[in-house]
Amino acid sequence: MEDYRTLEDQARERIAAAADLSALEALRVEYLGKQGSVSALLKTLGAMAPEERQEKAPAIQALRQSVFDALAARKAEMEAAELEQRLAAETLDLSLPAPEMPKGSVHPVSQVMDELAEIFADLGFAVATGPEIEDDWHNFTALNMPESHPARAMHDTFYFPDAAPEGEPASSSAAVGQKRRMLLRTHTSPVQVRTMMSQGAPVRIIAPGRVYRSDSDATHTPMFHQIEGLMIDRGIHLGHLKWTLETFLKAFFEREDIVLRLRPSYFPFTEPSVEVDVGFAIENGRRVLGGSGDEPGHGWMELLGSGMVNRRVIEFSGLDPDEWQGFAFGVGVDRLAMLKYGMDDLRAFFDGDVRWLRHYGFSPFDQPTLSAGVGARA
Amino acid sequence: MKFSLGWLKYFLETEASAAEIAGALNRIGIEVEGIEDPADKLVGFRVAEVLTARPHPDADKLQVLTVNTGEGEPLQVVCGAPNARAGMKGVLGLAGAIVPANGMELRKSAIRGVESNGMMCSVRELQLGDEHEGIIELPADAPVGTSFAEYHGASPVFDVAITPNRPDCMGVMGIARDLAAAGMGTFKPFSVEPVAGTFACPIEIRTDDPEGCPAFYGRVIRGVKNGASPEWMQQRLIAAGQRPISALVDMTNYLMLAFGRPAHAYDLAKLSGALVARRAKDGEQVLALNEKTYTLDAEMTVIADDSGVHDIAGIMGGEHSGVSESTTDVLLEIAYFDPERIGQTGRRLGLASDARTRFERGVDPAFLDEGLEILTALILKICGGEASEVVRAGSPPCEAKTIAYDPGLAERLGGIAISEEEQRRTLEMLEFEVSGDWRVTAPLRRHDIEGPADIVEEVVRIHGLDSIESVALPRADGVARPTATAEQARERRVRRAAAARGLNEAVTWSFIPEAEAAHFANGDLWKLENPISEDMKAMRPSLLPGLLSAAKRNADRGAEGVRLFEVGRRYLRGQDGRSDERPTVAVLLAGEKTPRGWATGKAAAFDAFDAKAEALALLEAAGAPVANLQVAGEAGEQFHPGQSATLRLGPKNILARFGALHPRTLEAFDIDGPVMAVEVFLDAIPARKGGGAFARPAYSPPALQSVLRDFAFLVDAALPAGDLLRAVRGADKANIADARIFDDFRGQGVPEGRKSLAIEVTLQPGEKSYTDAELKAISDRIVAAAGKLGAELRG
Repeated sequence: MEDYRTLEDQARERIAAAADLSALEALRVEYLGKQGSVSALLKTLGAMAPEERQEKAPAIQALRQSVFDALAARKAEMEAAELEQRLAAETLDLSLPAPEMPKGSVHPVSQVMDELAEIFADLGFAVATGPEIEDDWHNFTALNMPESHPARAMHDTFYFPDAAPEGEPASSSAAVGQKRRMLLRTHTSPVQVRTMMSQGAPVRIIAPGRVYRSDSDATHTPMFHQIEGLMIDRGIHLGHLKWTLETFLKAFFEREDIVLRLRPSYFPFTEPSVEVDVGFAIENGRRVLGGSGDEPGHGWMELLGSGMVNRRVIEFSGLDPDEWQGFAFGVGVDRLAMLKYGMDDLRAFFDGDVRWLRHYGFSPFDQPTLSAGVGARA
Repeated sequence: MKFSLGWLKYFLETEASAAEIAGALNRIGIEVEGIEDPADKLVGFRVAEVLTARPHPDADKLQVLTVNTGEGEPLQVVCGAPNARAGMKGVLGLAGAIVPANGMELRKSAIRGVESNGMMCSVRELQLGDEHEGIIELPADAPVGTSFAEYHGASPVFDVAITPNRPDCMGVMGIARDLAAAGMGTFKPFSVEPVAGTFACPIEIRTDDPEGCPAFYGRVIRGVKNGASPEWMQQRLIAAGQRPISALVDMTNYLMLAFGRPAHAYDLAKLSGALVARRAKDGEQVLALNEKTYTLDAEMTVIADDSGVHDIAGIMGGEHSGVSESTTDVLLEIAYFDPERIGQTGRRLGLASDARTRFERGVDPAFLDEGLEILTALILKICGGEASEVVRAGSPPCEAKTIAYDPGLAERLGGIAISEEEQRRTLEMLEFEVSGDWRVTAPLRRHDIEGPADIVEEVVRIHGLDSIESVALPRADGVARPTATAEQARERRVRRAAAARGLNEAVTWSFIPEAEAAHFANGDLWKLENPISEDMKAMRPSLLPGLLSAAKRNADRGAEGVRLFEVGRRYLRGQDGRSDERPTVAVLLAGEKTPRGWATGKAAAFDAFDAKAEALALLEAAGAPVANLQVAGEAGEQFHPGQSATLRLGPKNILARFGALHPRTLEAFDIDGPVMAVEVFLDAIPARKGGGAFARPAYSPPALQSVLRDFAFLVDAALPAGDLLRAVRGADKANIADARIFDDFRGQGVPEGRKSLAIEVTLQPGEKSYTDAELKAISDRIVAAAGKLGAELRG
């Protein structure tokens, strides 16, 4: 029995000292392999007398178990060390930058157009469109600006040398005998005429899009964006116009304190015509809309033109002006964007400078919704 | 238009302040663009009297004055003006005053050793005119010590914008009338006693163009002396921005600015024969008062005599017969010209003038005689002379329009309930006639009043638009429907998809340089007749030129990678001269795709597959049936012929083009390559059949696992891999769920002119697993389908 103890101690000592897995394997074979010394002891049990076997078997079994456990423990130890070592070798410097996804952006004009479409959808206004290369009948004549009208000259129109297509529209008595010209629309108002002609009344539309004036300085670009609003129904009056503009501007700027000042004005296509100013304050050198412009330190800024649609325009558009009346308004989209989001140079809108686009552009996930607020905060 | 408060008060009895008047003007539709108070600039200048004057001890041209300022001890002032002398009255600037002409602050100082406590001022120093020969001499009764601003009658000047429908407010009197109606005072109409002529008009006046000039009135005043106009008139004209010229010219300008009534004065001595309003002859020329020569045509009206044209009617007088210092006999012209004719002539000649502005908007046809009498009275008073009888050729159109008006319309259209009494009062203040049964006749000067809506505008603007109550629009009944059109919804999805893929949306000009447009054109361009510059001449036939120019600007600024996109229209020529505007998305990828980095080392450039990826992603977002698209060649000559293609639905319908741009395109835009481009033609994408229901087709994931099988085919090197893939996919649609190319190999083991394409096919069993025989049959079908393209299965 003493021999077993010695053998066990010796085996355990050697196992603990094994340098690597192959040395350990060699020891396993030496002790527990088919020819191993412990295996040999186990084999002796069969030849023993029952009494002797009863006496020695537990000791031999224990010896085998002890060697087996020592081998397993040492192996686990070695594997753990090896894993540790491998992992240590696999260490990454995670302060290095991760691969970057380029960040895209939506242009402020598009974003604001989407915001406006959302706000007006809530008021029941659908979106309508029309051509930008227009004829002078839709752009002027049908809007009560005949050939000789002084207001035409005030529009700084871009013309094409081309004559307008024949026979459009059929009901144009004003165009008879006159060569009609093609031009770049100077406002979105021709969409009023086109929409009334094509879908009749009642009408509740907005018409966003590009418009053009031959004008270029710090605050004017020869191309800019406008949104037109048109509401034609029975019994619509200036009170409805005021409510609509108030509601839209409050929703757009997300301020309850937007104050409008309505001033009589003149547009050939509306009667009465109303110019709309909005009150502002100066905060940190910037104009911030809100409050009455008559308060000390405040002012009024001209924001949009509007009025009750001139009955001639309704007539030109093929509707009965004694039955249908309504209002129209037009406002600069770029201007709204600048006022809300703080850009100060209109020309930068059309330069395509990626630095500007990234700074003032919007995340694609800033899709305007009524539930989340139409505006996107910085 | 500018006018001073003092001038306004000539027509309006009022105690209101300038600020109150400005507020009222804005309220009634006369927009105030600015108010300037000259008194602000004259602070510290007062009327003073020179008591003594003696020569300066050390300077020949200077004098030392003692000046009575009206308070305290007289001040000693050094002065260089030759006209300074004891006993005269002038304008003294005290220490601290700022000289308007040069912004300098006056100080006590020593001039050549003599103390000076202020400055006696000239006309030019106070910006009251050009005169600077000596100091201002005031009349003997000028009250010493009064502020000069007050003495001079300096009064605040309003700068207002008159809308084109209100030519009657292009004279101070008209503005006063509107203000009185708005409760800002009492209107003081102006009139003069007619002057009876003492002799017959010595020159024949007639109109041979009654269409262009329905009325031509005139009279001669002989024996006038044309000098400077009086001070009060000059002040008003200067405040209005008119430079005083001579009494006769100033008086016609005064008539125009005070009453909105242009007139013209001829030097009678320069005329020969009858003075006639007639059509110009084609090619006839006139040297106008602005010293430019204009060539006229037969659709223009002129005033001419036997020798030629003296006046472009209603627009500008001629140099030859204009009045001068030496004029003694003057012929006055007051005419009524057809507004359309004036506008058309002015536009054709490119000639703007104050007279044209008024005539083309329409002057008061009932104010010819009165205007002529006012002018006559002024001339006789200021220049002396003797007036002839008035000659009246033709008559102005004086048909009054009477409109049946319903006072209830103010509320129905204007949204304000205004009592009938108030409406009647307002209209009468504006000199409308209102009958008992509300038939309303506008004064002849109000050409803008055409119907009841115009009358509503009058009563609501005078009442004040601020009292309009907001009234909510009725909410539409029923289920809310989308308010965006399918096209707009599609553009929104594409835009946000592009931005989500890392592209930056740009908005570029619709008009571009013609050469750039021509580079991308497939037909005639739309070219502007009057572009703002040659760089903005042609409407873009593609969105790529604009993006290329933007990319170039970015590269010049040092941007490394540029990923731009734009959603907008291309402008093509449609049938019969119509505009054909096509919704389009374009993408431009230039510079570095990825910058050099620690992981990959060198920077990577974009390649044509990046362009393809964007094209497919955007088409997918736009709802195109991407799986059915074919890649085919010929993206266009702007693209690299071997690295570009189109995406088509069927053989003809091109939904997009993409690829690397041609080196010649890059050269034309002066940008370094490679540059990738994509154009997606949104208009070519077919609408979803049936509009699309909300419910998706029924689907449950298959219970059995899919099976992968690899095939390697030898094909002709020129065979597009996509064709083989399409053939394989189509070989057995019931079983083949997908097929993917995982190798494209040429070289060792592959014969010359051939390539090896390896395809992994995913087979999806249905109810039960495939048997070996079934798998073999599918394989055979795949091999057969590929075989039709000349593909052989590699061993």
